[in-house]
Amino acid sequence: MEYAVELNAVKFAYTPSVPVLDIHTLSITRGEKAFVFGPSGSGKTTLLGLVAGILRADTGRVCVLGQDFTHMSGAARDTFRGAHIGYIFQMFNLIPYLTVIENIMLSCQVNKPQRQRLGAATVREAAQQLADRLGIGDLTTTSVLKLSVGQQQRVAVARALLGAPEIIIADEPTSALDTDHREQFLALLFESCARTGATLIFVSHDRGLMPLFDRCIALTEMNTIRLVPTL
Amino acid sequence: MILLSLAYKSLSNRKLTTGLTLASIALSVALLIGVEHVRMGVRENFSHTLSQTDLIVGARGGALQLLLYAVFGMGSATNNLSYVSYATLKHHPAVQWTIPYSLGDSHRGFRVIGTNEDFYKEYRYRQDRKLAFAEGHAASEVFDVVLGHAVAQQLGYKLGAAIVVTHGVTSGRGILEHDDKPFRVVGILQRTATPVDRALYITLEGMEAMHIDWQEGAPPRSGEAVPAARIHKEDIAIKQITAFLLRTKSRFETLRLQREINAFEDEPLMTIIPGVALSELWRSIGYAEDGLKIVTVCVIIVGFLGMLMALYTSLNERRREMAILCAVGVGPHKIAALLVLESGVLSLMGCLLGVGLVYGLLFALQPVVEQHFGLYIPVRALSSVEYGYALATLVAGCGIGLVPAFKAYRNTLADGLSMRL
Repeated sequence: MEYAVELNAVKFAYTPSVPVLDIHTLSITRGEKAFVFGPSGSGKTTLLGLVAGILRADTGRVCVLGQDFTHMSGAARDTFRGAHIGYIFQMFNLIPYLTVIENIMLSCQVNKPQRQRLGAATVREAAQQLADRLGIGDLTTTSVLKLSVGQQQRVAVARALLGAPEIIIADEPTSALDTDHREQFLALLFESCARTGATLIFVSHDRGLMPLFDRCIALTEMNTIRLVPTL
Repeated sequence: MILLSLAYKSLSNRKLTTGLTLASIALSVALLIGVEHVRMGVRENFSHTLSQTDLIVGARGGALQLLLYAVFGMGSATNNLSYVSYATLKHHPAVQWTIPYSLGDSHRGFRVIGTNEDFYKEYRYRQDRKLAFAEGHAASEVFDVVLGHAVAQQLGYKLGAAIVVTHGVTSGRGILEHDDKPFRVVGILQRTATPVDRALYITLEGMEAMHIDWQEGAPPRSGEAVPAARIHKEDIAIKQITAFLLRTKSRFETLRLQREINAFEDEPLMTIIPGVALSELWRSIGYAEDGLKIVTVCVIIVGFLGMLMALYTSLNERRREMAILCAVGVGPHKIAALLVLESGVLSLMGCLLGVGLVYGLLFALQPVVEQHFGLYIPVRALSSVEYGYALATLVAGCGIGLVPAFKAYRNTLADGLSMRL
């Protein structure tokens, strides 16, 4: 079971007449730091939806951590996602009515397998430790609305990492950050993934970041369907 | 569990809309239960206008008419019954007590009722309440009069005031005044919140004395009038009364006695059972309460539409939140469940608040309402009907939550993990 993600002959369309994704093969090895890039309309979000198990491929096979999504129910895929995948959004990663620590703990509170992986430590202790390591330890009781964008993204990393999921998906997490913060953030993310041995799937259209990754996947080459953005 | 805490935190995050929604549901529930309480109160007040009286006896005529003139002081009797018949029945072995009524005269729109001391002793309303005097004592002399509470208050009479009774029932000053025989106020009754408050009470002898020198319904010609000073109680022979209230020694005898009186040989009499007659009357005038109910149900619907609107409009601004929840493994179904839970929590809190509000208001306003409207609303535990209302509110609240839940379900499926900004 060496692949974290495997796609075989996957086709997907939101409406039957307009296919958006057609990928012959795509595989990401475990522990890899993969950089997925492509302009808007190249199917990035759709690909992530398929890998995270929110969308179901029309044909073909999506395998994540050896689990074939094809015959899993939506609820089973939701549970699987919660247990094995950490997700970081571009921005607005946090639920506004929860405190920083509650946001970090959210995933572990929803998912039992993640909670169990924490071992003996309570969720709160583990979350506090992780926050300390990410340099946001003193912000844990603050309202998320008072955080800077950089701080918010770090909280998002903490939530994604807590419970040590095998796969971290980051959807343009740096696009809202300035250059200085961007590098700082990436270093933090890489270090954290290395610590748990997580596979990182990093989506961006900023090719300047490419050299920092083990592997680059150009979605325009993978996806045989080119969608012209309708404007 | 985590869903419940999320629902709670999400609701408390939107304090203003949550508060307003909560208030509208609480108010609707309070109104629904409050109206039910008032409705029951009015009905009870009505049916307890007269208690412990097993039969009302009058000359043969309409049953409703008898009830109206004997209990509510409305309309008038077509015939009287002889005092001899009354005396016979009064001493019937099955009869515990009687209260005779002699009607027909009035004072400034209020009825004047001739009765005896049994009225003050035996009359009961609202289960077992007795008449009590605010001031003074019962009428015992020929020209004594006792005032109902409302009469004393509206006309401003004090003890010792002189009152002239009008012949016949008129709303203002009548044409024929018994001004040669004025009455003196000797007592004022306490408020009963029943028609008792709206009448004046004299003795049967007083009623007879006013008409002692009348000939065939016409006032005495000059020279034939008997001055009040020459009338003595012992000399007066009571010839007739209008009706009387009757209590049997044992309730089982009521029906047998009713049959016996209906078949009374000496003169045609009729009887009604007040409980039955009152509820029949209520059924025919009680349709107003249905109107009240319809209005209340409309108010509840408006409350729920408010909630629906508040939840539904919040969905768009909560799309990010939904995407985050989706990303951490809360599936679309659970997100929909979260919304149903939110509306459920809102409805539950609304119900509790509403019930609390009703009881708070009832305790606070009960004396005021009784004082000003003569309506006694008993504070009692929720009836099964009211529990039903609360439950229906809760179920409807959750049901209405399904609408935004369905929308959120579709949003979550459509958005997936993309952030719509």
